Amino acid sequence: MKIAVCIKRVPDMDVRFKIAAIGNAVDEAGLKFDINDFDSWAVEAALQIKDKDATTEVVVVSLGTDAVQETIRKALAMGADRGIELKSAHIPFDGLAIARALAAELKDGGYNLILFGKQSADSSNGVVGAMVGELLGLPVVTAISKLELSGQRGSAKREIEGGQEFVEFPLPAVLTIDQGLNTARYPALKGIMAAKKKPLEVREAQLGEQSVTVVQMEIPPERAAGRIIGEGAAAVPELVRLLQTEAKVL
Amino acid sequence: MANVFAFAETRNGELRKIALEAVTAARAIADSTGGQVNAFIAGAPGIASRAEQLARYGADTVIVAEHAAFDKYNPEAIAAIVADKVRAGGYRVVIFPNSALGSDLAPRVAAKLGVGLVTDVTEIKLQGDAVIVMHPVNIGKVLATVKIASNPALVAIRANMFTPTEKPHAGTVERAEPVGDPSASRVVVKEVKMGAGTKLDLGEAPVIVSGGRGLKGPENFHLIEELAAAFGNAAVGATRVVTDEGWRPHSDQIGQTGRLVSPQLYVAVGISGAIQHLAGMRTSKTIVAINKDKEAPIFKVADYGIVGDLFEIVPALTAAVKEAKARG
Repeated sequence: MKIAVCIKRVPDMDVRFKIAAIGNAVDEAGLKFDINDFDSWAVEAALQIKDKDATTEVVVVSLGTDAVQETIRKALAMGADRGIELKSAHIPFDGLAIARALAAELKDGGYNLILFGKQSADSSNGVVGAMVGELLGLPVVTAISKLELSGQRGSAKREIEGGQEFVEFPLPAVLTIDQGLNTARYPALKGIMAAKKKPLEVREAQLGEQSVTVVQMEIPPERAAGRIIGEGAAAVPELVRLLQTEAKVL
Repeated sequence: MANVFAFAETRNGELRKIALEAVTAARAIADSTGGQVNAFIAGAPGIASRAEQLARYGADTVIVAEHAAFDKYNPEAIAAIVADKVRAGGYRVVIFPNSALGSDLAPRVAAKLGVGLVTDVTEIKLQGDAVIVMHPVNIGKVLATVKIASNPALVAIRANMFTPTEKPHAGTVERAEPVGDPSASRVVVKEVKMGAGTKLDLGEAPVIVSGGRGLKGPENFHLIEELAAAFGNAAVGATRVVTDEGWRPHSDQIGQTGRLVSPQLYVAVGISGAIQHLAGMRTSKTIVAINKDKEAPIFKVADYGIVGDLFEIVPALTAAVKEAKARG
């Protein structure tokens, strides 16, 4: 089995963001970056397959500046075999441009599975995985929270509003990973040492034309400061009164 | 003149609320330029009977694709037929729902057509040659204004952002034939399991009551369910800790890696307000928080906070809401 996992380097979200001077991007000064959560579960999914079948090769692909090498090394430290950086001066906002560059790289790779996180925490479009599948003409199942493979077929569970869908598909396929599938392993020290020696190729990303661009970014207005209306069950009548007369939601 | 295509999502032969939101959003764009709205529905034979409702919300034409293999979501066949209809129709904007189905379908169609797509859109406007949309990024902490220069421009709209508004139009039914054989799709939805009863979806419910670690265990979630039942129009949500612990299904999780919701009223019970959770609910219109720790970050965003023991407060609130509802 040969598996590609496409990962993105994203900023830590637990900060107060500032807008960069150019106006259409976040100021990256002082931000910490790491692998996108959903993508770490995609790496884990591939490694669990490798755990069962040691002949499996797991290739990690990331598009961006040379800074993505750090993110790729993390996945290698978790246990992936080799990495590919698709070098680009910036990560475009246009999902189709990213998908085209990834599809060009993955097209002749002979992969049985191509895994993605469901979406990235920063640009939050959640489109690249399905687009890559479509560009490659492969079956696609998005946002899966359970996966079983048996020979050349797979079955997966997708969370839908108020329920679940159970989906079957043939391999090779493109899957995007939702929360709930697994918990990502931490790289062990041995893995971190080994990762330094694993191959990491760098190629120029073939992004092509972009039709979706960010014009402006802004920090949305903060909610009005919170208000504590009382303590204990004694405050309930006042809460109900406010919900009826002030918020008008009851 | 901008003609707009609206994908109207159905489930079990019924239109979902977001289908009406998509048609409403489409109507607003079309009306600003004297264009037409063509809505699209797919389903098992008989789904054409839903065209009338789409007409009431502003569809000039309703393109109907009926096939036995459309009784459940059929991603490959639906993507093929939608791409085909959009390509033939000369649309300026194509609107999808940003639902589980729409998030799967829209990127397939965008890749087939080679055009731009932005998902989780909260506002759409035409500006000269471009379609301009608003799209929250960085877990809602930053708002991006995004330009889509392709023609058509594809967008997937966030639920509860475009209030369904009746605006009757002709709604002429136009039948659409599947592209290829829908029974031959490689990706097949074998089974759909829905939660118990007529549970409201988190994305559509006007009221959400959510429970966190403060509930102490799954056995206490009946308190949340009873409060939700008292409101009558409420869905039940949970924090990541709660779903990771298996107290509630992952589908109930609200937050950065779960559902993003914007109800009229959000009641956070025993929830401290971790950044991961706030990301999923901070755009709610009114927020109520019940927590024993008065320093909990949830109180910074709560319009109305009560500090204290949720095991006393929630039953009292349930009783008071029931009484208020009974009084009308």
